[in-house]
Order: sequence, then C-alpha cells, then structure tokens
Amino acid sequence: MSDIPSDLKYAKSHEWVRVNGDTAVVGITDHAQHELTDIVFVELPSLGRMLKAGEACAVVESVKTASDIYSPVSGEILAINQSVIANPGLANTEPYAGGWFYKIKLADPAELSKLMSAEEYLGQVGG
Amino acid sequence: MLNRTTLFAAHQKLGGKLIEFGGWEMPVQYTSITDEHLAVRNAAGIFDISHMGEVTVSGTGAVDFLNRILTNDVRKLFSGDCQYSLMTNERGGVVDDLYVCRLSTEVFFLVINASRIAADVAWMQTQAAQFPGELRLTDASHNYAAVALQGPRVKEFITQIIPGASVSGKRVPAVTGLKKNEIGGFPLNNACVLISRTGYTGEDGFELVGQDDSIRQVWDASLAAGQPFGIKPCGLGARDTLRTEVCYPLYGHELDEDTTPIEAGLGFFAALDKGEFNGRAVLAGQKANGTKKKLVAFKMTGKSPPPRPHYPIWANGAPVGGVTSGTQSPSLNIGIGLGYVPAEQAKPDTQIEIEIRGNRFPAIIVPKPIYKKLK
Repeated sequence: MSDIPSDLKYAKSHEWVRVNGDTAVVGITDHAQHELTDIVFVELPSLGRMLKAGEACAVVESVKTASDIYSPVSGEILAINQSVIANPGLANTEPYAGGWFYKIKLADPAELSKLMSAEEYLGQVGG
Repeated sequence: MLNRTTLFAAHQKLGGKLIEFGGWEMPVQYTSITDEHLAVRNAAGIFDISHMGEVTVSGTGAVDFLNRILTNDVRKLFSGDCQYSLMTNERGGVVDDLYVCRLSTEVFFLVINASRIAADVAWMQTQAAQFPGELRLTDASHNYAAVALQGPRVKEFITQIIPGASVSGKRVPAVTGLKKNEIGGFPLNNACVLISRTGYTGEDGFELVGQDDSIRQVWDASLAAGQPFGIKPCGLGARDTLRTEVCYPLYGHELDEDTTPIEAGLGFFAALDKGEFNGRAVLAGQKANGTKKKLVAFKMTGKSPPPRPHYPIWANGAPVGGVTSGTQSPSLNIGIGLGYVPAEQAKPDTQIEIEIRGNRFPAIIVPKPIYKKLK
C-alpha cells in the first residue's frame, strides 16, 4: 500500500507537488520509489533553469535502470536538494520529506488544476 | 504470449516483479536487487532458471561431434564432470556459451541460454547432418525446470532438501560431496534431479534440473530449509549484478556471432590443440597475433551515474569502444562494467571515460574479476 499524503498534488508520471504560495516543491511518490527500488543516483536540473510542465528535467537511476522525471509544473528552478544527490537512498526512505528533488517558482499556477488529488492518484496506482 | 515457468505462481505469490527476458516472463526482483544480491554474497539465494535450455547429445559419435562444435575439449571430462565451453561458427564467432556435462561415457547434457535455444538447436542440427558418426541430438528444454541455489551458506542446508546419495553421474554419498563443476543424479521422492556444483554468481552453489513437480518441491523446500540461514528468492536483476561483478559474460551483451572467445578474454576455454573445430584457425590466429578489440572490466573512479550497456567508452579524448554490461555494484557500491576497447587501450590501470547522457565520467580499467571475495 503506497503512502499518498492528502495535502499534495500528483502527476500521472508519479511526481508530487507541494504548493506554498507562488513556489512549489517537487519529488517522486512513494509508489514511484517502490517501483524503482534501490535508487543509487539522482541527477537534478541546474539552478535557474526554466522548465515547462511535462519536460524531462531529472534522472533517477536504480540498480537496474535509468528513469526520466518530468516536471509537473512550469517555472524556474529556485533550489535543488543537495542531500538527495549526496544520499540518493533518501528518495527511497523519505520520498515526501528528505528525498525531495527541487523547488520551483510557479510560472503558471493555473497548471495546478490539471494535476491529480491524492484520491485521484490513489485511483491511478490502485492503492 | 510469453512463456512461463512452472514456478510462475510461486513468483506471483512472493510479489515478484515480472519482466520479459528471452521470450519468458521472469521475476527481475522480489524486494530489492541490492538485498537479493547481498543475500547471495553473504548467505543464500534461490533463482528460477527454468527458462534455460537443455540439449542431450548421445551416441558413439558424441565426443567427436561435441569436440567439433565446441571450443573446449570434452575428452577431459569423466562421467559426472562439467565444463564451460563455447559453440563457435566458422568465423570463430560465438553461437552460444554453455555448460557441457558428461553424464556417462556416451551421454552429454548441455545447458544453453534461453534466448538462444532455437538458434543453437538449428545450428547443432545442421552440424549433425554433416557429421558421419552415430549421434542422437535432443532438445529437452521443454522437459525440464531448474533452480540455482547460490551462496556460501547453501551447503549448510541443501542436504535437508536432497538427503541421499547420488545414483548417476558423479557418485557421492551426499550432494555436498560434489566438487566444483561436478554433476550427479539424486533421487527426490519418486523422481531424479540432476545437480551440479556450478553457478553464475561467483559464489559456491548448486544448480538443480528436473521435472516441473520436482523443481516446485525444491523451490518450496529450499525457502523453508534456508530460512534460518537467510535465504532470499532472487530475480534476474541480482543474477545480472552478481555475474557482472565477477565478469561472467552474458550472451547478447559480451558475446555474439561476430565476437570470438579470444576477444572476450575466454581463450582459456578454447583448446586450440585438441584437433579441428569450427573457427579454430581464426582463434589460433588471434591467439598468436592478438585481436583488435578486447573485453575489459572497469570501475568508475568518482561519483557518477551507473554505467549501462551501449554507453560510449572514451580514451585519450576520443570514443574508442562501448559498454556491454554495467551497473551499480551492490558489493562495492560504485559503478562497474564490462566493455570492448582497442587492444592497445585494454591494460589494467588505463584511464578511460564513460559517456553518460552527453557527459563523460572517469573510470579505470581493472583486472577481472571486479569483485573478489576476501578469503
């Protein structure tokens, strides 16, 4: 059973978004980390990079494979999580806390309405 | 529709994550590749290898036939002995890599790669049609299921699963009496299981081949008897990381019909002096004069994404080769891999770079195997 916090928004491609005013924090879901398992490397976008919603912007590598991560929202990268780069296993152990990926300045807050609620995401991953 | 092994329901019950491999639907992992890998290095693991193919070759011509189509010398085998060998074409390219086991004077049992069953059998039949001696060649792949029990603690509990003496092949009072590369037939209830002390992990262990019922029994009994010893069911993911650490080749990665055993660093398994065999002249020429490309093992020297198959290898500022296998090593916790480079850049300690998504990361060529157990 995946952990799906009710206060976050979710993308179909298994990223979560925590909105705070006109900024948001992005990471991968518990379901995603469970599917990937054994995360050994995380590559994050550079500071200041402008992302479009749906753009491949990060790579997560498990022992078995490399997977692209897509930005759920458009905007400018304000911060990246150096801790998860240094210790990629944080994305497995604390996907919604210490394993966050980046903080972004929202370019178009209206995009948030296209993301899923926790309930809708639960429907997608089937619990 | 993908093939399924007799253990398919067992994999589902254990929550195995299933993938396609060589036309089969197989578990890639149950919990975590890293955990499964470390269980095999430190304790015990069990793998479903029922997808692998089995071919029997028998008759008065069997020895001469096998020595004609394989690189190693089967005359070195007594009943109950196994050897690693390569089946080569006229160009010295590898049709498949396999284990050949001598069950009795005129009966041989070959274990071949799942992805190569059709190609191997067609090749062997063509070769057999041109062979003058008395020979029976049977593709028995559909008759057998198989598991590999691997890890340093397997010998502590395998006699609970297989309690008796062998009745064919190598005669030993208990399965633990088999030495490395020996095979025997052991009774299990009313059936017989062929057990060899072989594997694809670099650890001590056994491979067990038998009928579906027997192998399902072995699977369940091993997980029960091995539980106090830390056994884990292991998928193809761990099988791949384990064999990569010890530099065992995987057909389709390090080996193919255009690559020779000499290029792959497997010259030890080519008995060039045993008489004529397919590709012998090419291999002898390469052994004498060297090859253009050579398979090397490498380690990443700094923080980097894990190397993967097909990533370019650079040396002296130019692309010179490609990665054939690569992963994050669960034992060493660094990126490791195998790949082909020009012979002049193949020496251990040569600095190379691996290109990953447009960026180059430093690596160093190391002696094989990459991982060696501390004694």
